[in-house]
Amino acid sequence: MTSLATNTSTSNAEAASAQAHGDHADLRLFGLATFLVADGMTFAGFFAAYLTFRAVNPLPEGSTYELELLLPSINTMLLLVSSYTFHRSGRNLLLGRMGPCRAWLLLTAALGAAFLAGQMVEYFSLPFGLTDNLFASTFYALTGFHGLHVTLGVICILLVWFQTRNGGRVTSAAPFGLEAAELYWHFVDGIWVVLYGILYLL
Amino acid sequence: MTVASPNDFQESLQPQGWLRYFSFSLDHKVIGLQYLVTGFIFYFIGGALAGVIRAELASPISDFVGRETYNEVLTLHGTVMIFLWIVPVVNGAFGNYLIPFYVGARDMAFPRLNAVAFWMIPPAGILLIGSYFITGAAQSGWTAYPPLSITTPALGQVVWIVSVLLLGGSSIFGGINFIATVLKLRRPGLKLMQLPMYCWAMLGTSILVVLSTPVLAGTLLLLSFDIVAHTGFFNPAMGGNVVVYQHLFWFYSHPAVYIMVLPAFGLVSEILPIHSRKPLFGYTTMVYSILAIVVLGLVVWAHHMFTSGTPPWMRLFFTIATSFIAVPTGIKFFNWLATLWGGKLALNSAMLFSCAFIVNFVFGGITGVALAQVPFDIHVHDTYFVVGHFHYIVYGGTVFVIFASIYHWYPKFTGRMLNEDLGRLHFLLTFLGFNLCFAPQHWLGLNGMPRRVAEYDPSFTTLNQISSVGALLMAISSLPFLYNVLVSAFRGEEAGDNPWNALTPEWLTSSPPPVENWIGEAPLVEHPYGYGVEEDTLSLEAATGRDLWGGAGRR
Repeated sequence: MTSLATNTSTSNAEAASAQAHGDHADLRLFGLATFLVADGMTFAGFFAAYLTFRAVNPLPEGSTYELELLLPSINTMLLLVSSYTFHRSGRNLLLGRMGPCRAWLLLTAALGAAFLAGQMVEYFSLPFGLTDNLFASTFYALTGFHGLHVTLGVICILLVWFQTRNGGRVTSAAPFGLEAAELYWHFVDGIWVVLYGILYLL
Repeated sequence: MTVASPNDFQESLQPQGWLRYFSFSLDHKVIGLQYLVTGFIFYFIGGALAGVIRAELASPISDFVGRETYNEVLTLHGTVMIFLWIVPVVNGAFGNYLIPFYVGARDMAFPRLNAVAFWMIPPAGILLIGSYFITGAAQSGWTAYPPLSITTPALGQVVWIVSVLLLGGSSIFGGINFIATVLKLRRPGLKLMQLPMYCWAMLGTSILVVLSTPVLAGTLLLLSFDIVAHTGFFNPAMGGNVVVYQHLFWFYSHPAVYIMVLPAFGLVSEILPIHSRKPLFGYTTMVYSILAIVVLGLVVWAHHMFTSGTPPWMRLFFTIATSFIAVPTGIKFFNWLATLWGGKLALNSAMLFSCAFIVNFVFGGITGVALAQVPFDIHVHDTYFVVGHFHYIVYGGTVFVIFASIYHWYPKFTGRMLNEDLGRLHFLLTFLGFNLCFAPQHWLGLNGMPRRVAEYDPSFTTLNQISSVGALLMAISSLPFLYNVLVSAFRGEEAGDNPWNALTPEWLTSSPPPVENWIGEAPLVEHPYGYGVEEDTLSLEAATGRDLWGGAGRR
């Protein structure tokens, strides 16, 4: 007799019994990655809008696309370095070296805060405001939306820093909080590189 | 690595009994029914709004409601029906209830995120409906095209944007959950190509949700800047570009059509084999057509914009891409017909609604291919032809499937059967009313009656009145349905665990199912559509500890 639905074979009985208790593999990082794809699509929509505006909507006389490059380039370096420092922090956590892990975390948060400060300096030194023309509006919308992400990231890093204290919930055996913040931070950095390319260099 | 069972929290703190339907429950079955009932409440609100529209259009002059009220009502009707009824019900309600059964899991991958996603819906709905009474609702239609949405009263429009952003967020959270559940939470031993078709439909839908909904969110953020901060993204007077809004909007809103119909395709693929006692025809081609529709669905959006000054190459590309979608869709329809062919059909309410879905959707699909052709589209753009086409897809397609699914899964939800006579009466009234309401709109559109107007040329009066009579029939048809679902919950015939003798996993447990879905281990269903074959038997004891076939199995 061929049965259409078979009982659990012994080879996977153990896994099935783990499921029977409501336990399953930790999917939170997978879920976060899926969310970041969605978040990336929001940016993709903004980028598409900016590039289309730029291609088909000429600016009024006297306005300019030219931006100072020095400050944003320094900012780009800050973010790229912060991705590296976060990576070092993650490595140290997995090795159980909490001291260096927390130090690298603080350094990452400081770099993020420095980026935000640089962004503010740039905002106040720019010759145009939010509603001056289409390019100005798009510039502030794009960098502002990204800056919001960086702000959230810095808050998350400080939160994780607090959670890695002695007796906190993030440990080398339970690294999810730090891994999630790290994945998010790399994502925010990656978005900035694209943004820097099309907004400042193009 | 494992995480703690979400049900620890539930068992200690959650209310039991009927109260749990009003709580922050983490049980996917409770959340599914919360979605379903909430969706139906908004369906009746949206239906009442449609009633106002049809009452107004029963005469050529604006007499039943004023023009501005008419604009508010039609905006609310579209928004409520799409974002608060169809998307939450075909995705959230049936997805949450069925997907964990289908993959052999005890709950969704992220139960808490699931509850959060549901509880974003009631506030969004209250905000949207409340805006009509407090601030005045948005008047720019569900598409909110600028410059109309910038020049109409701002407060209602901003409330509309906030509401849609909430609903979009809810939809994205749901989509993440479905992707993780289908891909990562399958019972050990269950292969992807053994999943019931609804899982594939929900996987495809969720990919579309995750890729396209955020673009709508971003677009609406920019639109709200235009309204609140007076930027000029979409305002031509300030150097902005309205067509960019249309591109971004339709990049979401065309896939949204598939977000509304793909789950319906999946549900109908579950219902047809069971009631015709035959395996689902062409399983593999079904899967690949869903994936093809997902890919093509992302690259056809500009066919909504043929009159927006699109350049010729864009028209050519989007016409061809849109016409191509008819191929995978056609494959699915022939597969359903082949499933029915030679089957032992039970013409119950679930089956009647499913078959009517096939008829309605083929008609809507044919007018859809016609609309994809630029010369024809330019003639009927923004006329009632489009309204007729759209409602054949979304009402004749998806809503008919929702009703079929209610008749099919009600015994699982409640443990009791629905009354078949009332069900058939409901079907007859709905089918007649629906066709009477929307078929004449094609004639109206071909003859040039524009959509979204409170007043029209008197020569269109007769057809509009026929349409309004159809709408009245549809309203009446919900009476036997409401009576049926409310009374049968208490007085209906006992259903037993598996009244349809079905093989899909949700039927292999008790009705209603226990918390965590199964006593013991989940059954491994390798052939969810193994009907009518020689060995039509199952080892079901693993699932429930008793023989669901009542000892009639041939072993």
